[in-house]
Amino acid sequence: MATLEITTHVDARGLSCPMPIVKTAQAIKPLASGAMVEVLATDAGSVKDFAAWSRTTGHELVEQSVDGAVYRFVIRHK
Amino acid sequence: MTLLAEPIAPPIPVEPSPAPALEVEGEVKTKELVIVNWSGELDKVWPVMILSSTAAASGVRCKVFVTFWGLLPFVKDQKRIVGENWMQKMLTLMQRPGIDHLKLSKMNFMGMGPWMMGVLSKKYRVASPRELLEAATTLGVEFIPCQMTMDMFGLKREDLIDEMGEPAGAATAIAMMTDADASLFI
Repeated sequence: MATLEITTHVDARGLSCPMPIVKTAQAIKPLASGAMVEVLATDAGSVKDFAAWSRTTGHELVEQSVDGAVYRFVIRHK
Repeated sequence: MTLLAEPIAPPIPVEPSPAPALEVEGEVKTKELVIVNWSGELDKVWPVMILSSTAAASGVRCKVFVTFWGLLPFVKDQKRIVGENWMQKMLTLMQRPGIDHLKLSKMNFMGMGPWMMGVLSKKYRVASPRELLEAATTLGVEFIPCQMTMDMFGLKREDLIDEMGEPAGAATAIAMMTDADASLFI
C-alpha cells in the first residue's frame, strides 16, 4: 500500500498525560479512514501510551521515532 | 403432617433465556467504563477526569455517575451558595462548589496544598480538572447526577453545569456498572 501523505499534525510537545492522547483523539475523529496523522510529544509515557491507545482504538501506529526528547508518532486512521 | 405435601401449583417451566445477541463477524462490541465519582476531592476528581477523558479518547464508552461530595464540583461557576435551607447553604459555604475549588484529601493545609498542586501542574503542563472536564464532555463522556444527592443538598438541575445528563438513582448506577466492562468507585 502506497504511503499516504500526512495531512494532520498534532503538536503535544510539553503536554503531560493524558493530553497528547486526548488531543490526538480529537484530531483524528473527523478524519476519513486511512488518513495519516503525525503527533509530536515530549511526555516520556507516551511511547507506551500510544501503543496501548492504538491497540484499544484500532488506529494503526505506523511509525514512531525519537529525536532527542521529542517523540514522533505517525498514525493511520482505521 | 407435612406442610408442603404436594406442590400448590405445577412448577413453572423454565423459559429458555434469550440467546445472546449475535455479534457481526469482525465487529467488536464497544467497551464500556463506568466511574462512580463520589469524593469531590481534588486528588480524586483529577484521576476521574483523566481516566474518563482518556477512555473516551480511546474509543471506550464512558459514563460517570456523580454522587455525594462528588456532585459539588459540577455546580455552575457562578453559583456560590446553593441549597434551599440553612443547613444546605452552610454546606456550600464550607465547601465552595465548582470544579476550580477542590480540596485535597490530605495535606490541604487551609488551601496551601491545592494552591501548590496548581502551581506544579502548570509548571509541568498537566491539564487541570477544568480542562479535562471540557475534553471529557466534548469527547462524549456522560455525567449522570445522583437525584438523591441533589435532593439532600438542595441542588436543582439548573444549579449543575449544562453538560450533565438526566439525574438518576442507585438502580441506574447498578445497571450501568453491571453492563460495563469495568467500573471504578473513586
